[in-house]
Amino acid sequence: MTETTADLLNAKAMGADLERVDGLAKVTGQAPYAFEQHAFDERAHAPLYIHPVQSTIAKGRVTAVHGERAAALPGVAAVLSHENAPRLTPEDDSDVAMIQTSDDRELLVLQSDEVSYRGQIVAAVVADTPETAREAARLVGVDYAAEPHDAAFSPDSADLPEPTVDTELGDVAAAMAAAAVTVDAAYSTPIQHNNPMEPHATTVVRSGGALTVFEGTQAVHIVRRILAALFSLDAERVQVIGPYVGGGFGAKGSVHAPLVLACLAATVLEGRPVKIALTRRQMFELVGYRPPTVQRVRLGADAEGRISAVGNDVTTHTSRLKRFVENAGGSAAMMYAGENRSIGHRVAELDISPATFMRAPGHAPGMFALEVAMDELAEACGLDPIELRVRNEPGTDPVSGLPYSSRGLLDCLSEGASRFGWEGRDPRPGVREEDGWLVGTGVAASTFPAFTMPGSAARIRFAGEGRYEVSIGAADIGTGSWTALTQIAADALSVPVEDVALALGDSALPAATVAGGSAGTSSWGTAIVQAARAFVDSHGTEPAAGAELTTVLKRPPDTRGYSTHAFGAQFAEVRVRADTGEVRVPRVLGVFAAGRIINPRTARSQLIGGMTMGVSMALHEESVIDPRFGHVVNHDFASYHVAANADIGDVQAYWVEEHDPHVNPMGAKGIGEIGITGTAAAIVNAAHHATGVRVRALPMTLDHFLR
Amino acid sequence: MEADVTLRVDGTTRVVRVDTRTTLLDALREKLDATAPKKGCDHGQCGACTVLLNGRRVNACLTFAVAQDGAEVVTAAGLGADGAPHRVQRAFLDNDGFQCGYCTPGQVCSAVGMLEEAAAGWPSAATGDVAAEPVLDDAEIRERMSGNLCRCGAYVNIVAAVREAAADSAGNTGNTDSADSVTSEAAPAGGAEVR
Repeated sequence: MTETTADLLNAKAMGADLERVDGLAKVTGQAPYAFEQHAFDERAHAPLYIHPVQSTIAKGRVTAVHGERAAALPGVAAVLSHENAPRLTPEDDSDVAMIQTSDDRELLVLQSDEVSYRGQIVAAVVADTPETAREAARLVGVDYAAEPHDAAFSPDSADLPEPTVDTELGDVAAAMAAAAVTVDAAYSTPIQHNNPMEPHATTVVRSGGALTVFEGTQAVHIVRRILAALFSLDAERVQVIGPYVGGGFGAKGSVHAPLVLACLAATVLEGRPVKIALTRRQMFELVGYRPPTVQRVRLGADAEGRISAVGNDVTTHTSRLKRFVENAGGSAAMMYAGENRSIGHRVAELDISPATFMRAPGHAPGMFALEVAMDELAEACGLDPIELRVRNEPGTDPVSGLPYSSRGLLDCLSEGASRFGWEGRDPRPGVREEDGWLVGTGVAASTFPAFTMPGSAARIRFAGEGRYEVSIGAADIGTGSWTALTQIAADALSVPVEDVALALGDSALPAATVAGGSAGTSSWGTAIVQAARAFVDSHGTEPAAGAELTTVLKRPPDTRGYSTHAFGAQFAEVRVRADTGEVRVPRVLGVFAAGRIINPRTARSQLIGGMTMGVSMALHEESVIDPRFGHVVNHDFASYHVAANADIGDVQAYWVEEHDPHVNPMGAKGIGEIGITGTAAAIVNAAHHATGVRVRALPMTLDHFLR
Repeated sequence: MEADVTLRVDGTTRVVRVDTRTTLLDALREKLDATAPKKGCDHGQCGACTVLLNGRRVNACLTFAVAQDGAEVVTAAGLGADGAPHRVQRAFLDNDGFQCGYCTPGQVCSAVGMLEEAAAGWPSAATGDVAAEPVLDDAEIRERMSGNLCRCGAYVNIVAAVREAAADSAGNTGNTDSADSVTSEAAPAGGAEVR
């Protein structure tokens, strides 16, 4: 058993530009998502429809639920509220559930009269058609005893809790005072919503006490654990099925209230499949978001640009119902050299809906602030921004002191500069105008940790005639897992990809960790490699048909002696209309150092996709809470803008060769999140180069340029 | 209130009883098990539900089923022929013009409808000279495909796929026997002939 080593696989299938194995099903619309299972699986046939009733107050108590008119509507099967909903049995099972425990208060749906945020589920209707369910939900009357609420984020308030001390090295204040050049500025990012194109959806049937759940999720086994605990069932009595997931970006990485509601309804209506799909509007209240940040970044350097002080004092907010802190300071903690370092977070507690992970949690806003501040420092030092980063490349991790398993930032900057055409750039801002457009270019670095989660298992079975079946309860949320894991399995078994049939997305398969933290491919791939090697050890390369073996990855490759991260560099060209402030981004180019690339086709898509979401973050995305009511008011695609096709110009992704024998047997680092980190900063820096205006608050809307 | 509606969906005539509040999208997905068109917003803001309705691309969430009695509907499931994907679908596969796949059936239908619009000489907001034949450069493709949101961020690959399919169809000009072409001549019921 080779659990603790990262003996590198010989790459044959890995690295091949393989078409997605799930591609044909997707382009022809034949891939079944969670809400469509009635058409594919007889267990989901003839479902009832759930429509939630949401609170119209932000804090207080439900004093009465009037369900009579709704219940009288023909076709209504049930009206649920805290008065009649089945009781849940939450547990603090933190050792088991890893990223979420079942006593998470977000999940205690219809368990009390307490209202903790506007939009919280306070009742629900189940009916035979979606139209009837929606109309009946409208007829449910809810009386409240409202209490004063606080939904206003006031980052400058003196009443905020004391900040955490996350990193404290040396004396930043003294180093700033002694520095020849300093940057001390506040950078802000707004609330952003994940908004996967597939709204959160569940089809569930409870039969004979067992739950069968079709769910769009990033982690079928975590969903199973949570539901088993909440509903007092043995885990074996809960099956969660989600082979196709219409995007998640973190919002489907843990269990949210609508899934619990669906299981409550299924419990009341035993034997009948029930289903729920959120409306786009409900997506802004019930499944999380990225909290806002205000980041006071301090950088101090000598006259040659060598950094002596790095500080990021972050202010953000959390729901009082469930604590979630956007760790935006983490980027400044690890990115550049500097002996004095101070990172902390102040967290305002508000009566608002719970937040969650959104693509590159912490690093997306953190690298925006840090990388814009670095651009300001470069300007203040009179240095090219690439040269500034070269001068502050740390030999070892600045906090842990550990060597990097590999660190390719400088290669990415160099390769990107060459591909983008950076050389000879005139650093002066605001001096290039073409046909009424001010033109500029900018650069920023990107990063995301590389790690492997313990706990995934994989099963290898030889089906005969050269065919292997490889099973793991992993998820493909668009990331390419179907294809990349097939390639890894083929190399681990030393067979062509055609001889591997992969199964994923079902809790009946061996347990798998979440598709999150850019750790999916590393965690599942390592489990598959371990199982394949054990299979070959036990059964040889000419096994008997039906030979089968399952192993659990208890201990991932030991990386404790190393700091493990992927790095990258993005370059952007920005045009700002001189008379209107309109912003266009004709070019974004990224180069990444992420170890071995398993499948160049799907990898390029992930990196391009991350950068595209970064453009959207830079230019468009902002959720606005009305503090009088406590909910997001721009809760649809007409007012919460995500980048459309015409917003995106030429986006290119490349990678440098990087050999990392430490991270896992594939030598591969995760790539799902790094693309979004840095991109917004590159765009903001390019806009400064174009106009001379330094934007420190996202989104970079045109009013920033109208003075 | 309910009504019986006859729809021709992906080449098959279907009669379905619908609540008069039922959208075409919900009738397809919930009543007829035609789940290729997706629901992403139900407000006509995302395009995931795009189908070809009587030969033209529409958001199926923005029209009631009862208003489309006798219509011809083609979804992404009905675009290909003889078990092979449509050339636009092939181009999406070749260019990896999708990731999670949820917006994809709508993107594909939108692209097929858009290529027909361009071939018919329809200008877009990105067309410089609206009197001239539109040329499907990247700016035109981006503009004409902007009714279909993709949160995975596959736009550059979608543009590449549509560019490739457009070049194919330009090469096929005059080939009326093309197995996967969608014509917009009015059919007897106001629908389009889809082959």
